[in-house]
Amino acid sequence: MRPSSALLVGIVKLLVGAYARWIGSTPAATQRIYFANHTSHIDTLAIWSALPRSLRRMTRPVAALDYWGKGLRRYIATRALGAVLIDRSKQDPNVDPLEPLRVALRDGDSLIIFPEGTRGAGATPAPFRQGIYKLASEFPAVELIPVYLDNLHRSFPKGAHFPVPMVCTVRFGAPLARPAESRDEFLARAREAVIALSSQGASP
Amino acid sequence: MSAWLQTIPREFFWLFGSLVALLGIASTVGAWLRRRPADEKTAASRANLVARINAWWVMVAILAVAFLAGSTMTLVLFGLASFFALREFVTLTPSSPGDRLPLSLSFFLVLPLQYLLIGMHRYGLFVIFIPVYAFLLLPSIAAMRSDIEDFLSRSAKAQWGLMVTVYSLSHAPALLLLELPGGPGASALLLFYLLLVVQMSDVMQYVFGKLFGRTKIAPVVSPSKTVEGFIGGGIAATLIGAAMWWITPFTPLASGAIAAVIVLMGFLGGLTLSAVKRSLGAKDWGVMIEGHGGMLDRTDSICFAAPIFFHVVRFFYI
Repeated sequence: MRPSSALLVGIVKLLVGAYARWIGSTPAATQRIYFANHTSHIDTLAIWSALPRSLRRMTRPVAALDYWGKGLRRYIATRALGAVLIDRSKQDPNVDPLEPLRVALRDGDSLIIFPEGTRGAGATPAPFRQGIYKLASEFPAVELIPVYLDNLHRSFPKGAHFPVPMVCTVRFGAPLARPAESRDEFLARAREAVIALSSQGASP
Repeated sequence: MSAWLQTIPREFFWLFGSLVALLGIASTVGAWLRRRPADEKTAASRANLVARINAWWVMVAILAVAFLAGSTMTLVLFGLASFFALREFVTLTPSSPGDRLPLSLSFFLVLPLQYLLIGMHRYGLFVIFIPVYAFLLLPSIAAMRSDIEDFLSRSAKAQWGLMVTVYSLSHAPALLLLELPGGPGASALLLFYLLLVVQMSDVMQYVFGKLFGRTKIAPVVSPSKTVEGFIGGGIAATLIGAAMWWITPFTPLASGAIAAVIVLMGFLGGLTLSAVKRSLGAKDWGVMIEGHGGMLDRTDSICFAAPIFFHVVRFFYI
Protein backbone atom coordinates (compact mmCIF):
# COMPACT_ATOMS: atom_id res chain seq x y z
CA MET A 1 0.00 0.00 0.00
CA ARG A 2 1.22 3.50 -0.77
CA PRO A 3 2.36 5.40 2.33
CA SER A 4 -0.08 8.22 1.55
CA SER A 5 -3.03 5.80 1.59
CA ALA A 6 -1.82 4.15 4.79
CA LEU A 7 -1.67 7.58 6.43
CA LEU A 8 -5.15 8.46 5.17
CA VAL A 9 -6.63 5.21 6.45
CA GLY A 10 -4.97 5.82 9.82
CA ILE A 11 -6.44 9.32 10.11
CA VAL A 12 -9.90 8.17 9.05
CA LYS A 13 -9.87 5.30 11.54
CA LEU A 14 -8.76 7.62 14.32
CA LEU A 15 -11.45 10.19 13.55
CA VAL A 16 -14.47 8.05 12.78
CA GLY A 17 -13.46 4.41 13.30
CA ALA A 18 -15.05 3.21 10.05
CA TYR A 19 -15.70 -0.25 11.51
CA ALA A 20 -16.84 -2.70 8.84
CA ARG A 21 -19.94 -4.85 9.41
CA TRP A 22 -20.61 -7.45 6.74
CA ILE A 23 -24.32 -8.19 6.88
CA GLY A 24 -25.31 -10.54 4.05
CA SER A 25 -22.10 -10.34 2.07
CA THR A 26 -18.45 -11.11 2.75
CA PRO A 27 -15.32 -9.22 1.75
CA ALA A 28 -14.40 -10.93 -1.52
CA ALA A 29 -12.38 -10.09 -4.61
CA THR A 30 -15.50 -10.17 -6.81
CA GLN A 31 -16.01 -7.19 -9.09
CA ARG A 32 -18.55 -5.00 -7.33
CA ILE A 33 -20.30 -1.67 -7.29
CA TYR A 34 -20.65 -0.50 -3.68
CA PHE A 35 -23.45 2.06 -3.47
CA ALA A 36 -24.03 4.06 -0.30
CA ASN A 37 -25.92 6.91 1.32
CA HIS A 38 -24.02 10.18 1.08
CA THR A 39 -23.87 12.77 3.87
CA SER A 40 -20.26 13.91 4.26
CA HIS A 41 -16.91 14.40 2.61
CA ILE A 42 -15.52 11.49 4.65
CA ASP A 43 -17.97 8.95 3.18
CA THR A 44 -15.68 7.83 0.38
CA LEU A 45 -12.70 7.52 2.71
CA ALA A 46 -14.76 5.71 5.34
CA ILE A 47 -15.94 2.98 2.95
CA TRP A 48 -12.52 2.68 1.44
CA SER A 49 -10.88 2.37 4.88
CA ALA A 50 -13.44 -0.22 5.98
CA LEU A 51 -12.51 -2.54 3.09
CA PRO A 52 -9.70 -5.04 3.70
CA ARG A 53 -6.40 -3.87 2.31
CA SER A 54 -6.40 -6.41 -0.52
CA LEU A 55 -9.76 -5.13 -1.79
CA ARG A 56 -8.77 -1.46 -1.61
CA ARG A 57 -6.31 -2.01 -4.43
CA MET A 58 -9.08 -3.08 -6.81
CA THR A 59 -11.77 -0.68 -5.54
CA ARG A 60 -11.98 2.86 -6.92
CA PRO A 61 -14.16 5.54 -5.36
CA VAL A 62 -16.11 7.77 -7.70
CA ALA A 63 -15.69 11.42 -6.78
CA ALA A 64 -17.01 14.71 -8.13
CA LEU A 65 -14.52 16.59 -10.26
CA ASP A 66 -15.72 19.99 -8.99
CA TYR A 67 -14.78 19.18 -5.37
CA TRP A 68 -11.99 16.61 -5.65
CA GLY A 69 -10.44 17.93 -8.84
CA LYS A 70 -8.02 20.52 -7.48
CA GLY A 71 -5.07 20.95 -5.12
CA LEU A 72 -4.56 18.65 -2.14
CA ARG A 73 -7.97 17.06 -2.64
CA ARG A 74 -7.01 16.03 -6.16
CA TYR A 75 -3.81 14.52 -4.82
CA ILE A 76 -5.74 12.54 -2.19
CA ALA A 77 -8.41 11.45 -4.66
CA THR A 78 -6.25 10.40 -7.58
CA ARG A 79 -2.91 9.47 -6.04
CA ALA A 80 -3.89 7.93 -2.71
CA LEU A 81 -7.31 6.49 -3.55
CA GLY A 82 -7.11 5.99 -7.30
CA ALA A 83 -10.49 7.67 -7.58
CA VAL A 84 -12.47 8.02 -10.79
CA LEU A 85 -13.40 11.69 -11.13
CA ILE A 86 -16.72 12.48 -12.72
CA ASP A 87 -17.89 15.79 -14.12
CA ARG A 88 -21.30 16.73 -12.70
CA SER A 89 -21.51 20.06 -14.51
CA LYS A 90 -22.89 18.63 -17.83
CA GLN A 91 -21.43 21.57 -19.76
CA ASP A 92 -20.99 19.52 -22.91
CA PRO A 93 -24.19 17.58 -23.70
CA ASN A 94 -22.26 15.11 -25.87
CA VAL A 95 -20.07 13.92 -23.00
CA ASP A 96 -21.67 11.21 -20.86
CA PRO A 97 -20.47 11.76 -17.27
CA LEU A 98 -20.73 8.00 -16.67
CA GLU A 99 -18.12 7.20 -19.32
CA PRO A 100 -15.08 7.14 -16.96
CA LEU A 101 -17.02 4.68 -14.75
CA ARG A 102 -17.63 2.35 -17.69
CA VAL A 103 -13.92 2.43 -18.50
CA ALA A 104 -13.06 1.46 -14.92
CA LEU A 105 -15.64 -1.34 -14.89
CA ARG A 106 -14.36 -2.69 -18.20
CA ASP A 107 -10.87 -2.73 -16.64
CA GLY A 108 -12.22 -5.02 -13.93
CA ASP A 109 -12.16 -2.49 -11.08
CA SER A 110 -14.80 -2.27 -8.38
CA LEU A 111 -16.44 1.11 -7.76
CA ILE A 112 -17.79 3.04 -4.78
CA ILE A 113 -20.68 5.27 -5.85
CA PHE A 114 -23.22 7.54 -4.17
CA PRO A 115 -26.39 7.29 -6.26
CA GLU A 116 -27.98 10.35 -4.64
CA GLY A 117 -25.44 12.37 -6.60
CA THR A 118 -24.90 14.84 -3.78
CA ARG A 119 -24.66 14.96 0.00
CA GLY A 120 -27.86 14.87 2.03
CA ALA A 121 -28.47 16.21 5.53
CA GLY A 122 -30.10 13.34 7.41
CA ALA A 123 -29.89 9.67 8.23
CA THR A 124 -32.13 8.66 5.29
CA PRO A 125 -30.86 8.99 1.70
CA ALA A 126 -32.59 11.13 -0.95
CA PRO A 127 -34.07 9.45 -4.08
CA PHE A 128 -31.43 7.81 -6.27
CA ARG A 129 -30.44 9.13 -9.68
CA GLN A 130 -30.45 6.92 -12.71
CA GLY A 131 -26.69 6.33 -13.08
CA ILE A 132 -26.71 3.18 -10.97
CA TYR A 133 -29.55 1.76 -13.10
CA LYS A 134 -27.60 2.32 -16.30
CA LEU A 135 -24.44 0.72 -14.90
CA ALA A 136 -26.39 -2.20 -13.44
CA SER A 137 -28.05 -2.89 -16.81
CA GLU A 138 -24.87 -2.51 -18.83
CA PHE A 139 -22.68 -4.62 -16.53
CA PRO A 140 -24.86 -7.55 -15.43
CA ALA A 141 -21.91 -9.55 -14.09
CA VAL A 142 -20.90 -6.91 -11.53
CA GLU A 143 -22.31 -7.43 -8.02
CA LEU A 144 -24.30 -4.54 -6.52
CA ILE A 145 -23.57 -4.18 -2.80
CA PRO A 146 -25.67 -1.74 -0.73
CA VAL A 147 -23.70 0.12 1.96
CA TYR A 148 -25.02 2.16 4.85
CA LEU A 149 -22.87 4.72 6.67
CA ASP A 150 -24.13 5.84 10.07
CA ASN A 151 -23.28 8.90 12.16
CA LEU A 152 -21.23 10.65 9.49
CA HIS A 153 -24.05 13.14 8.95
CA ARG A 154 -23.42 14.17 12.55
CA SER A 155 -19.64 13.94 12.49
CA PHE A 156 -19.05 16.00 9.36
CA PRO A 157 -22.34 17.41 8.02
CA LYS A 158 -22.77 19.43 4.88
CA GLY A 159 -21.51 22.98 5.49
CA ALA A 160 -19.12 22.02 8.33
CA HIS A 161 -15.43 22.79 7.97
CA PHE A 162 -14.00 20.06 10.17
CA PRO A 163 -15.14 16.67 11.48
CA VAL A 164 -15.98 15.96 15.12
CA PRO A 165 -14.65 12.48 16.03
CA MET A 166 -17.52 9.98 16.27
CA VAL A 167 -17.81 6.24 15.91
CA CYS A 168 -19.09 5.21 12.48
CA THR A 169 -19.88 1.73 11.22
CA VAL A 170 -19.84 0.84 7.54
CA ARG A 171 -22.48 -1.82 6.88
CA PHE A 172 -22.22 -3.93 3.76
CA GLY A 173 -25.48 -5.66 2.79
CA ALA A 174 -26.45 -8.62 0.60
CA PRO A 175 -25.97 -8.25 -3.20
CA LEU A 176 -28.93 -6.61 -4.91
CA ALA A 177 -30.76 -8.65 -7.59
CA ARG A 178 -30.41 -7.42 -11.18
CA PRO A 179 -32.92 -4.91 -12.51
CA ALA A 180 -35.96 -6.80 -13.84
CA GLU A 181 -38.44 -4.00 -13.25
CA SER A 182 -38.81 -0.45 -14.53
CA ARG A 183 -36.05 2.07 -13.91
CA ASP A 184 -37.83 3.94 -11.16
CA GLU A 185 -38.86 0.76 -9.38
CA PHE A 186 -35.28 -0.47 -9.48
CA LEU A 187 -33.97 2.83 -8.10
CA ALA A 188 -36.52 2.68 -5.27
CA ARG A 189 -35.55 -0.92 -4.50
CA ALA A 190 -31.84 -0.06 -4.43
CA ARG A 191 -32.54 2.83 -2.07
CA GLU A 192 -34.65 0.61 0.20
CA ALA A 193 -31.75 -1.86 0.39
CA VAL A 194 -29.53 0.90 1.78
CA ILE A 195 -32.20 2.14 4.21
CA ALA A 196 -32.86 -1.42 5.44
CA LEU A 197 -29.22 -1.60 6.60
CA SER A 198 -29.68 1.48 8.78
CA SER A 199 -31.56 -0.58 11.38
CA GLN A 200 -29.20 -3.57 11.35
CA GLY A 201 -25.89 -4.05 13.15
CA ALA A 202 -26.12 -0.52 14.47
CA SER A 203 -23.51 1.38 16.37
CA PRO A 204 -24.74 1.42 19.97
CA MET B 1 21.95 1.74 29.15
CA SER B 2 23.05 -0.32 32.14
CA ALA B 3 22.61 2.67 34.45
CA TRP B 4 19.12 3.07 33.11
CA LEU B 5 18.41 -0.63 33.56
CA GLN B 6 19.44 -0.32 37.19
CA THR B 7 16.71 2.27 37.79
CA ILE B 8 14.17 -0.45 37.11
CA PRO B 9 13.24 -2.07 40.42
CA ARG B 10 13.87 -5.77 40.70
CA GLU B 11 10.21 -6.33 41.58
CA PHE B 12 9.38 -5.45 37.99
CA PHE B 13 11.19 -8.44 36.54
CA TRP B 14 9.58 -10.81 39.02
CA LEU B 15 6.12 -9.47 38.30
CA PHE B 16 6.59 -9.26 34.60
CA GLY B 17 8.10 -12.72 34.22
CA SER B 18 5.47 -14.47 36.28
CA LEU B 19 2.58 -12.60 34.63
CA VAL B 20 3.76 -13.40 31.13
CA ALA B 21 4.19 -17.05 32.08
CA LEU B 22 0.72 -17.21 33.69
CA LEU B 23 -0.95 -15.42 30.79
CA GLY B 24 0.80 -17.65 28.28
CA ILE B 25 -0.75 -20.65 30.00
CA ALA B 26 -4.15 -18.94 30.24
CA SER B 27 -4.14 -17.99 26.55
CA THR B 28 -3.17 -21.50 25.50
CA VAL B 29 -6.02 -22.95 27.56
CA GLY B 30 -8.38 -20.31 26.14
CA ALA B 31 -7.43 -21.11 22.54
CA TRP B 32 -7.82 -24.84 23.22
CA LEU B 33 -11.24 -24.30 24.83
CA ARG B 34 -12.52 -22.20 21.93
CA ARG B 35 -11.65 -24.94 19.45
CA ARG B 36 -13.74 -27.50 21.31
CA PRO B 37 -17.35 -27.92 20.26
CA ALA B 38 -19.85 -26.19 22.53
CA ASP B 39 -23.42 -24.91 22.57
CA GLU B 40 -24.06 -21.22 22.12
CA LYS B 41 -24.07 -20.29 25.81
CA THR B 42 -20.84 -22.12 26.61
CA ALA B 43 -19.19 -20.66 23.51
CA ALA B 44 -20.22 -17.17 24.61
CA SER B 45 -18.78 -17.56 28.10
CA ARG B 46 -15.56 -19.02 26.62
CA ALA B 47 -15.32 -16.02 24.30
CA ASN B 48 -15.84 -13.83 27.36
CA LEU B 49 -13.00 -15.63 29.13
CA VAL B 50 -10.68 -15.08 26.18
CA ALA B 51 -11.66 -11.38 26.11
CA ARG B 52 -10.74 -11.08 29.78
CA ILE B 53 -7.40 -12.81 29.23
CA ASN B 54 -6.73 -10.41 26.38
CA ALA B 55 -7.51 -7.46 28.66
CA TRP B 56 -4.79 -8.83 30.94
CA TRP B 57 -2.33 -8.92 28.08
CA VAL B 58 -3.11 -5.24 27.44
CA MET B 59 -2.43 -4.49 31.11
CA VAL B 60 0.89 -6.33 31.04
CA ALA B 61 1.77 -4.46 27.85
CA ILE B 62 1.05 -1.15 29.61
CA LEU B 63 3.25 -2.25 32.48
CA ALA B 64 6.05 -3.10 30.07
CA VAL B 65 5.66 0.21 28.22
CA ALA B 66 5.59 2.21 31.48
CA PHE B 67 8.91 0.70 32.50
CA LEU B 68 10.76 0.13 29.29
CA ALA B 69 9.60 2.95 27.01
CA GLY B 70 9.22 5.51 29.77
CA SER B 71 6.52 7.86 30.95
CA THR B 72 6.06 9.65 27.61
CA MET B 73 4.87 6.50 25.88
CA THR B 74 2.60 5.70 28.83
CA LEU B 75 1.02 9.13 28.52
CA VAL B 76 0.54 8.67 24.78
CA LEU B 77 -1.14 5.29 25.39
CA PHE B 78 -3.54 6.69 27.98
CA GLY B 79 -4.10 9.76 25.81
CA LEU B 80 -5.26 7.49 23.00
CA ALA B 81 -7.50 5.59 25.41
CA SER B 82 -9.04 8.91 26.47
CA PHE B 83 -9.51 9.90 22.84
CA PHE B 84 -11.38 6.69 22.00
CA ALA B 85 -13.45 6.87 25.18
CA LEU B 86 -14.41 10.50 24.51
CA ARG B 87 -15.25 9.59 20.92
CA GLU B 88 -17.67 6.95 22.22
CA PHE B 89 -19.19 9.39 24.69
CA VAL B 90 -19.71 12.06 22.02
CA THR B 91 -21.18 9.51 19.59
CA LEU B 92 -23.92 8.60 22.06
CA THR B 93 -24.61 12.17 23.19
CA PRO B 94 -27.00 14.31 21.18
CA SER B 95 -25.36 17.55 20.04
CA SER B 96 -26.31 20.52 17.92
CA PRO B 97 -24.32 22.46 15.29
CA GLY B 98 -23.30 25.00 17.95
CA ASP B 99 -21.43 22.27 19.86
CA ARG B 100 -19.14 21.37 16.99
CA LEU B 101 -16.38 23.83 17.82
CA PRO B 102 -16.27 23.18 21.59
CA LEU B 103 -16.39 19.42 20.93
CA SER B 104 -13.52 19.59 18.48
CA LEU B 105 -11.54 21.69 20.94
CA SER B 106 -12.15 19.01 23.58
CA PHE B 107 -10.58 16.38 21.33
CA PHE B 108 -7.76 18.34 19.77
CA LEU B 109 -6.83 20.95 22.37
CA VAL B 110 -8.08 20.07 25.87
CA LEU B 111 -7.19 16.37 25.71
CA PRO B 112 -3.60 16.80 24.48
CA LEU B 113 -3.02 19.71 26.88
CA GLN B 114 -4.21 17.68 29.86
CA TYR B 115 -1.68 14.92 29.10
CA LEU B 116 1.01 17.46 28.23
CA LEU B 117 0.58 19.12 31.64
CA ILE B 118 1.08 15.74 33.29
CA GLY B 119 4.14 15.14 31.15
CA MET B 120 5.52 18.54 32.25
CA HIS B 121 4.85 17.66 35.91
CA ARG B 122 2.56 20.68 36.30
CA TYR B 123 0.47 19.27 39.13
CA GLY B 124 -1.14 22.58 40.06
CA LEU B 125 -2.46 23.15 36.56
CA PHE B 126 -3.35 19.62 35.58
CA VAL B 127 -5.77 19.13 38.50
CA ILE B 128 -7.74 22.30 37.70
CA PHE B 129 -7.38 22.63 33.94
CA ILE B 130 -10.57 20.76 32.95
CA PRO B 131 -12.71 21.47 36.06
CA VAL B 132 -12.00 25.21 35.84
CA TYR B 133 -10.81 26.37 32.43
CA ALA B 134 -12.52 23.89 30.12
CA PHE B 135 -15.63 24.00 32.31
CA LEU B 136 -15.97 27.76 31.96
CA LEU B 137 -14.71 28.35 28.44
CA LEU B 138 -16.17 25.54 26.34
CA PRO B 139 -19.84 26.35 27.12
CA SER B 140 -19.04 30.03 26.53
CA ILE B 141 -17.98 29.20 22.99
CA ALA B 142 -21.19 27.22 22.49
CA ALA B 143 -23.22 30.11 23.91
CA MET B 144 -21.89 32.48 21.27
CA ARG B 145 -23.81 30.46 18.69
CA SER B 146 -27.00 31.58 20.50
CA ASP B 147 -28.69 28.22 20.20
CA ILE B 148 -30.56 27.86 23.49
CA GLU B 149 -32.34 24.61 22.69
CA ASP B 150 -31.32 22.20 25.52
CA PHE B 151 -28.29 24.38 26.16
CA LEU B 152 -27.72 23.40 29.79
CA SER B 153 -28.22 19.73 29.08
CA ARG B 154 -25.84 19.80 26.09
CA SER B 155 -23.12 21.68 28.02
CA ALA B 156 -23.48 19.41 31.02
CA LYS B 157 -23.13 16.29 28.90
CA ALA B 158 -20.08 17.64 27.13
CA GLN B 159 -18.43 18.49 30.47
CA TRP B 160 -19.34 15.08 31.90
CA GLY B 161 -17.70 13.40 28.94
CA LEU B 162 -14.49 15.37 29.43
CA MET B 163 -14.43 14.83 33.19
CA VAL B 164 -14.80 11.08 32.93
CA THR B 165 -12.89 10.16 29.80
CA VAL B 166 -10.05 12.69 29.95
CA TYR B 167 -9.74 14.22 33.41
CA SER B 168 -10.41 11.12 35.52
CA LEU B 169 -8.65 8.63 33.28
CA SER B 170 -5.55 10.84 33.08
CA HIS B 171 -5.04 10.38 36.82
CA ALA B 172 -3.84 6.82 36.17
CA PRO B 173 -0.70 7.82 34.23
CA ALA B 174 -0.42 10.90 36.49
CA LEU B 175 0.76 8.46 39.17
CA LEU B 176 4.08 8.55 37.31
CA LEU B 177 4.62 12.18 38.33
CA LEU B 178 4.38 11.41 42.04
CA GLU B 179 7.83 11.62 43.54
CA LEU B 180 7.96 8.60 45.79
CA PRO B 181 11.00 7.64 47.87
CA GLY B 182 11.71 4.70 45.54
CA GLY B 183 12.17 6.92 42.44
CA PRO B 184 10.32 6.69 39.10
CA GLY B 185 10.27 2.89 39.22
CA ALA B 186 8.20 3.03 42.41
CA SER B 187 5.49 5.21 40.85
CA ALA B 188 5.32 2.99 37.77
CA LEU B 189 4.72 0.06 40.10
CA LEU B 190 1.86 2.05 41.66
CA LEU B 191 0.23 2.40 38.25
CA PHE B 192 0.53 -1.33 37.86
CA TYR B 193 -0.89 -1.87 41.36
CA LEU B 194 -3.94 0.25 40.48
CA LEU B 195 -4.58 -1.61 37.23
CA LEU B 196 -4.04 -4.97 38.92
CA VAL B 197 -6.51 -4.34 41.75
CA VAL B 198 -9.16 -2.87 39.41
CA GLN B 199 -8.80 -5.77 37.00
CA MET B 200 -8.73 -8.38 39.78
CA SER B 201 -11.83 -6.82 41.28
CA ASP B 202 -13.66 -7.06 37.92
CA VAL B 203 -12.61 -10.67 37.39
CA MET B 204 -13.36 -11.77 40.95
CA GLN B 205 -16.76 -10.06 41.01
CA TYR B 206 -17.55 -11.79 37.75
CA VAL B 207 -16.46 -15.19 39.09
CA PHE B 208 -18.22 -14.81 42.47
CA GLY B 209 -21.29 -13.46 40.72
CA LYS B 210 -21.41 -16.49 38.41
CA LEU B 211 -20.95 -18.90 41.32
CA PHE B 212 -23.08 -17.38 44.07
CA GLY B 213 -24.89 -14.39 42.53
CA ARG B 214 -28.55 -14.20 43.62
CA THR B 215 -29.44 -10.70 44.81
CA LYS B 216 -29.18 -8.07 42.11
CA ILE B 217 -27.90 -4.70 43.32
CA ALA B 218 -29.35 -2.52 40.57
CA PRO B 219 -31.18 -4.72 38.04
CA VAL B 220 -32.12 -1.86 35.74
CA VAL B 221 -28.72 -0.19 35.64
CA SER B 222 -26.42 -3.19 35.58
CA PRO B 223 -28.10 -6.62 35.48
CA SER B 224 -24.86 -8.55 36.05
CA LYS B 225 -23.94 -6.92 39.37
CA THR B 226 -24.98 -8.91 42.46
CA VAL B 227 -24.47 -8.41 46.19
CA GLU B 228 -22.76 -11.80 46.47
CA GLY B 229 -20.46 -11.03 43.53
CA PHE B 230 -19.55 -7.62 44.86
CA ILE B 231 -18.82 -8.78 48.43
CA GLY B 232 -17.03 -11.99 47.47
CA GLY B 233 -15.10 -10.47 44.61
CA GLY B 234 -14.39 -7.28 46.53
CA ILE B 235 -12.93 -9.17 49.50
CA ALA B 236 -10.84 -11.35 47.20
CA ALA B 237 -9.47 -8.32 45.32
CA THR B 238 -8.79 -6.52 48.62
CA LEU B 239 -6.81 -9.52 49.87
CA ILE B 240 -4.86 -9.66 46.61
CA GLY B 241 -4.15 -5.93 46.96
CA ALA B 242 -2.97 -6.44 50.53
CA ALA B 243 -0.72 -9.28 49.40
CA MET B 244 0.90 -6.97 46.84
CA TRP B 245 2.02 -4.47 49.51
CA TRP B 246 5.67 -5.23 48.73
CA ILE B 247 5.53 -3.38 45.38
CA THR B 248 4.08 -0.26 47.05
CA PRO B 249 5.11 2.20 49.78
CA PHE B 250 2.16 0.89 51.88
CA THR B 251 2.18 -1.43 54.88
CA PRO B 252 0.22 -4.69 54.31
CA LEU B 253 -2.71 -3.32 56.31
CA ALA B 254 -2.73 0.03 54.50
CA SER B 255 -2.41 -1.78 51.19
CA GLY B 256 -5.55 -3.78 51.99
CA ALA B 257 -7.44 -0.61 52.96
CA ILE B 258 -6.34 1.20 49.80
CA ALA B 259 -7.23 -1.81 47.66
CA ALA B 260 -10.69 -1.77 49.26
CA VAL B 261 -11.07 1.89 48.26
CA ILE B 262 -10.03 1.03 44.68
CA VAL B 263 -12.51 -1.87 44.64
CA LEU B 264 -15.34 0.34 45.86
CA MET B 265 -14.58 3.16 43.43
CA GLY B 266 -14.22 0.74 40.52
CA PHE B 267 -17.57 -0.76 41.38
CA LEU B 268 -19.18 2.68 41.54
CA GLY B 269 -17.57 3.61 38.22
CA GLY B 270 -19.04 0.57 36.49
CA LEU B 271 -22.44 1.24 38.02
CA THR B 272 -22.58 4.98 37.38
CA LEU B 273 -21.28 4.87 33.82
CA SER B 274 -23.71 2.07 33.09
CA ALA B 275 -26.50 4.38 34.26
CA VAL B 276 -25.17 7.17 32.03
CA LYS B 277 -24.91 4.79 29.09
CA ARG B 278 -28.42 3.47 29.56
CA SER B 279 -29.85 6.95 29.98
CA LEU B 280 -28.39 7.65 26.54
CA GLY B 281 -30.25 4.62 25.22
CA ALA B 282 -27.36 2.21 24.68
CA LYS B 283 -26.28 -1.17 25.99
CA ASP B 284 -22.60 -0.85 25.12
CA TRP B 285 -20.50 2.27 24.82
CA GLY B 286 -19.00 1.32 21.53
CA VAL B 287 -18.07 -1.22 18.93
CA MET B 288 -14.28 -0.94 18.92
CA ILE B 289 -13.80 -4.58 19.70
CA GLU B 290 -16.57 -6.58 18.04
CA GLY B 291 -18.64 -8.31 20.72
CA HIS B 292 -16.80 -6.72 23.64
CA GLY B 293 -18.18 -3.21 23.66
CA GLY B 294 -16.02 -0.15 23.50
CA MET B 295 -13.15 1.56 25.27
CA LEU B 296 -15.40 2.97 28.02
CA ASP B 297 -16.85 -0.46 28.76
CA ARG B 298 -13.28 -1.58 29.53
CA THR B 299 -12.11 1.50 31.41
CA ASP B 300 -15.18 2.56 33.41
CA SER B 301 -13.81 1.21 36.73
CA ILE B 302 -10.38 2.80 36.21
CA CYS B 303 -11.99 6.18 35.46
CA PHE B 304 -13.52 6.27 38.92
CA ALA B 305 -10.73 4.55 40.87
CA ALA B 306 -7.74 6.46 39.44
CA PRO B 307 -8.38 10.00 40.80
CA ILE B 308 -9.19 8.78 44.32
CA PHE B 309 -6.20 6.44 44.39
CA PHE B 310 -3.97 9.25 43.10
CA HIS B 311 -5.07 11.63 45.84
CA VAL B 312 -4.94 9.04 48.61
CA VAL B 313 -1.32 8.29 47.73
CA ARG B 314 -0.47 11.95 47.34
CA PHE B 315 -2.09 12.88 50.66
CA PHE B 316 -0.60 10.12 52.79
CA TYR B 317 2.69 9.17 51.14
CA ILE B 318 4.24 12.27 49.53
